[in-house]
Amino acid sequence: MNYYLLIPFLPLAAFLINILFGKSLLKENAHWVAILAVAGSWVISVATLIDVMGGKTLNQDLYTWVSSGGFKASVGFLIDPLTAVMLIVVTTCSTLIHIYSTGYMHGDNGYYRFFSYLSLFTFCMLMLVMANNFMQLYFGWEGVGLCSYFLIGYYFNKKSASDAGKKAFIVNRFGDFGFGIGIFVIFLTFGTIYYEPVFSQAGAFATKTVNFLGYDVHLMTLIALLLFCGSIGKSAQMPLHVWLPDAMEGPTPVSALIHAATMVTAGVFLVARCSPIFSLSETALMVVALTGAITSLFAATIGLVQNDLKRIIAYSTVSQLGYMFLACGVGAYTAGIFHLYTHAFFKALLFLCAGSVMHAMSGELDIQKMGGLKKHMPITYWTMLIASLSIAGVPGLAGFFSKDEILWMAYSGPSPVGKLVWLSGTLVAFLTAFYSFRLIFLTFHGKFRGTHEQEHHLHESPKSMTIPLMLLCVGAVASGWVGIPALIGENLGIHNYIAEFMKPVLGHPEGHGTHGEEMMVMLVSVAVGFAGIGLAYFMYMMRPDLPGKLATQFSGAYKVLFNKYYVDELYSAIIVRPTIWIARNILIGVTDARIIEAIVNGVPSAIGGFSRQLRKVQTGFLHHYALIMAAGVLIVMGLMLMRSW
Amino acid sequence: MPLVMPDLKPITPEIVMTCLALFILVADVFIKRKETLALLSIIGMAAAAFTFALPGALNTTFGGMFISDGYSMFFKIVFALNVILTILISVKYLAVERVNFGEYYALLLFSTLGMMIMASAGDLIVLYLGLELMALSTYILAGFIRYDMKSNEAALKYFLLGSFASAFLLYGISLAYGLTGTTNLDRIAMTISEKGLAGKPALTLSMIMIAVAFSFKIAAVPFHMWAPDAYEGAPTSVTAFMSVGPKAAGFAVIGRVFLMAFPMVRAEWVAVFIPIAIMTMAVGNIVALSQTNIKRMLAYSSIAHAGYALLGIIAGTADGLASMMNYMLIYAFMNMGAFAVIIMLRSEGFKGDAISDYEGLSKTHPLAAALMLVFMFSLTGIPPTAGFMGKFYIFMAAINAGYTWLVIIAVIFSAISAYFYLRIVMNMYMKDPKETVTLTTSPSMGLALAITTVAVLAIGVLPAKVIYLARVAFP
Amino acid sequence: MVPLNWYLMLSAAVFSIGVFGFLTRRNIIIMFMSVELMLNAVNISLVAFSHYLQDLRGQVLVFFIVTVAAAEAAIGLAIIIALFRNKATAHVDDMNEMKG
Repeated sequence: MNYYLLIPFLPLAAFLINILFGKSLLKENAHWVAILAVAGSWVISVATLIDVMGGKTLNQDLYTWVSSGGFKASVGFLIDPLTAVMLIVVTTCSTLIHIYSTGYMHGDNGYYRFFSYLSLFTFCMLMLVMANNFMQLYFGWEGVGLCSYFLIGYYFNKKSASDAGKKAFIVNRFGDFGFGIGIFVIFLTFGTIYYEPVFSQAGAFATKTVNFLGYDVHLMTLIALLLFCGSIGKSAQMPLHVWLPDAMEGPTPVSALIHAATMVTAGVFLVARCSPIFSLSETALMVVALTGAITSLFAATIGLVQNDLKRIIAYSTVSQLGYMFLACGVGAYTAGIFHLYTHAFFKALLFLCAGSVMHAMSGELDIQKMGGLKKHMPITYWTMLIASLSIAGVPGLAGFFSKDEILWMAYSGPSPVGKLVWLSGTLVAFLTAFYSFRLIFLTFHGKFRGTHEQEHHLHESPKSMTIPLMLLCVGAVASGWVGIPALIGENLGIHNYIAEFMKPVLGHPEGHGTHGEEMMVMLVSVAVGFAGIGLAYFMYMMRPDLPGKLATQFSGAYKVLFNKYYVDELYSAIIVRPTIWIARNILIGVTDARIIEAIVNGVPSAIGGFSRQLRKVQTGFLHHYALIMAAGVLIVMGLMLMRSW
Repeated sequence: MPLVMPDLKPITPEIVMTCLALFILVADVFIKRKETLALLSIIGMAAAAFTFALPGALNTTFGGMFISDGYSMFFKIVFALNVILTILISVKYLAVERVNFGEYYALLLFSTLGMMIMASAGDLIVLYLGLELMALSTYILAGFIRYDMKSNEAALKYFLLGSFASAFLLYGISLAYGLTGTTNLDRIAMTISEKGLAGKPALTLSMIMIAVAFSFKIAAVPFHMWAPDAYEGAPTSVTAFMSVGPKAAGFAVIGRVFLMAFPMVRAEWVAVFIPIAIMTMAVGNIVALSQTNIKRMLAYSSIAHAGYALLGIIAGTADGLASMMNYMLIYAFMNMGAFAVIIMLRSEGFKGDAISDYEGLSKTHPLAAALMLVFMFSLTGIPPTAGFMGKFYIFMAAINAGYTWLVIIAVIFSAISAYFYLRIVMNMYMKDPKETVTLTTSPSMGLALAITTVAVLAIGVLPAKVIYLARVAFP
Repeated sequence: MVPLNWYLMLSAAVFSIGVFGFLTRRNIIIMFMSVELMLNAVNISLVAFSHYLQDLRGQVLVFFIVTVAAAEAAIGLAIIIALFRNKATAHVDDMNEMKG
């Protein structure tokens, strides 16, 4: 084996050191261990990327945990272009966010705990992306979910935080349930849980159908959709998106790391990793594409009217994740991963900037109470502006390249819903540009609308926070340059490096369009981006009274959007409240006392009662013991006698 | 008639052990500090363990009466670990109980010698002698706290029922001898198939008698009645010793005798062991639920674990036996660890063996509580501890041998067992301490805990090596 | 010559008497004697088999059994004495401090 191993195990070591010695020994120095470990992982990830670019791939079992009969579970690593890119994304964001956290979490009394969770999270995420089998993938998957639960509920004294943690956990259970069954079906079908044999044999099952609940179901569609259930939960897609905005209760670096750059992308990674399975099922791909398109449109419209700084960015995350699924759904997995990779930079940057603003505003998050922060915190302003330009798809910045790639693939690809999702994607691009700049203008421009006390307190964040911002800013600008489309690159002699790099794993469908069409798609997406920015400028800089008027004029639509389409209320009405009502009136009133009580309490108490009865057999009298032994002999003899008859 | 010297190489460990035990017995007269005896015993045991690996150690000698093979070697390693760990946890404990006598160590070694002979027995006579050597030493050990009524009672119950069971064993042996004309396990099997004895009532009776006696040794229901009382009353260190050693030795001979001498009547003995296994798991796990004394609870737990391990015998395959052996090794570590923590709680004037004594232990002694947590998780079978792997392999082997329904039953009982193991954990972590518990610690205790904890976690994480060892060991 | 079966029947009868005695008597010494009776029943059958089979193993085993029984008696009596010192009784029913 070799140094790749250290990538996940450095953070694990940091976690162990911090959790064991953090409280007593390290205290305020806990971050050093964590940062050194994750930075080490980053260095090795870069080396790994270079190796992989040199054509080296690795698929090796590190050690076999259990092996019995046909079943084998092991810890094994698969290093290929997809993994290499994910490693870079995870370790880069993680390292910068670790550094940022030293400033942001400074003085928190759970300092060591925070860093140990971050390290554990990084470990789980790395295990997830490096896995070479579904078991380990599942382990990492649940591991990041658990860490996310810890970190969302980090301020566990705050009820909303612990509620949000629980919500995330429970909502994810729905998705993971399907995911777990999916892995089980894979094991039943292929007799193994390793990627390599599963993917290479998948073709042989392409037309197989199975009977599922009385229906003949296409096997690959079934597996793909079950796996996609997991993705929906983890990547916060419709209809399981509700946990992500609430997850903003966690500390901001957590939002940046988990709920923007890494964990939520696991769902996209899963679809890309299992592309050999998904590609065999047109139905599944269509479901993925439509889910992505609907989610991205849906979340973007909600983002238009929210006032909570972090929630806007959270909805933007949901929306962008939808974009990635949209790409995967039209078969352009590379484009999806490319967007994942660029998105990680600018979204982490947006969140960290939001954290920086929050820091200055003493925890205030309502953008209606901000304004004019530009002069107080120039670094935050400029970096956030660049991130917003990037997400809006301004040419030359990272977001532009990946978004354009997705839209072009959707437009030109073979998918039957391609044109439809292209249209929706373009609309989303417009909305994204609009709400991103609404955020910028309301926060940084105009007059300060908060209290005097807050205004007095305004300040730029410490270096430990601004330096990561600047570094991420570089990523938000330049990370897209590895994927310059042929249309532009051809003349300059630049290739679409990322597409070529990923081709062995994910393939790269060629568009069936002319240069002219490609140019058209690109121009449209750029145009709608600028239109969005322009509209935001018009509404919030030139005519600041307009939004209010519109809100009153279209109060119905505004309310729907402001209340996030009432999805939470809907769930509350159709799932949560009926459950509670049934629980209160039927279960407690009628069944609980008799049936449930009988089962839930009855079984243990029956066993307990039985246990107390059975205890009495052990009387303590020796001759009873002897008698039971002798009786045992006789019974066994009797059994044998009965057998021979 | 020329005197031919038998090949002594395979029996070297036993010879070394005999000399060692006798030496300790003699040295006891001269050495005042009994801790020195403990040290000498450990060194001697380690030396004897080294002779396992001598060239020519794996062979059959004394005309097939003594078999030294991978199978017996594996068990001897378990016995050696068992006795070393027991001595490590006993040193301070004996002083606390005020029974710091040198015979203790000699008896432990004699008992271990008996187990080693059992594991290597290729002949029913040797088997009987080994079994009695082990049992007689253990009877004394159980009653080692002479002034304590409970200890007396434990010894008496164990002794009387043990000799009762031995009589059954002998009756079975005599029948087998009468039918086949030999006591050699191999030749018994040959004669059974040559003469077509399979299915004869007398042979079945013999097999039943032997099965009963061995079931007594492994504390399988309904021959388990001695176990809870003997475990509760015996000195805790002896309880730890008894719950692992004789049980493992019992499994060693069950595997040896039934698969070597009685393969022809496999259907019969499987039919005997299946109900025994089910009852063992049921009674062990269910009665453990309502215990208040932790030693007694672990006695029932030990009964239940015998039930799981029996599945490996019932499976009867090489995998099944390997998983049973594996289980014994794992069980040795986790059970020893749990008993080590129990012994730590015992101090002058404080028994520390009630389950309620563990309330709030995590607050007063977090490390001890954490270790107990690991052992309880392992006994429950929660990954990534060794206990999970043990159960996993046993269940896998039983499923592969076609006993899926039995495994389902085992899993259900295993789920019930979580209740009483985790009750200890709950007591330690969720409740507030009632009174201050002082721990009796010593370096040797620390060493024992370190060994067991590391082993439990390491086997849980890297089980492949151990199961490989067990699989290779099986002939 | 006495047929083998007669010996075996005797052995079985003595063994059963031993079992019966063990199960019914309450005095520790007598219970222990019952166990000895069971062992000797085994000895009878072993010697009979040995003679019938013209094989010495059975008799060798008998010697071992007698030896072990002697050791067992010594240990048993030691345990009984230790017990008697704490509680002046030889009645097993007085010994049920532990149960359940």
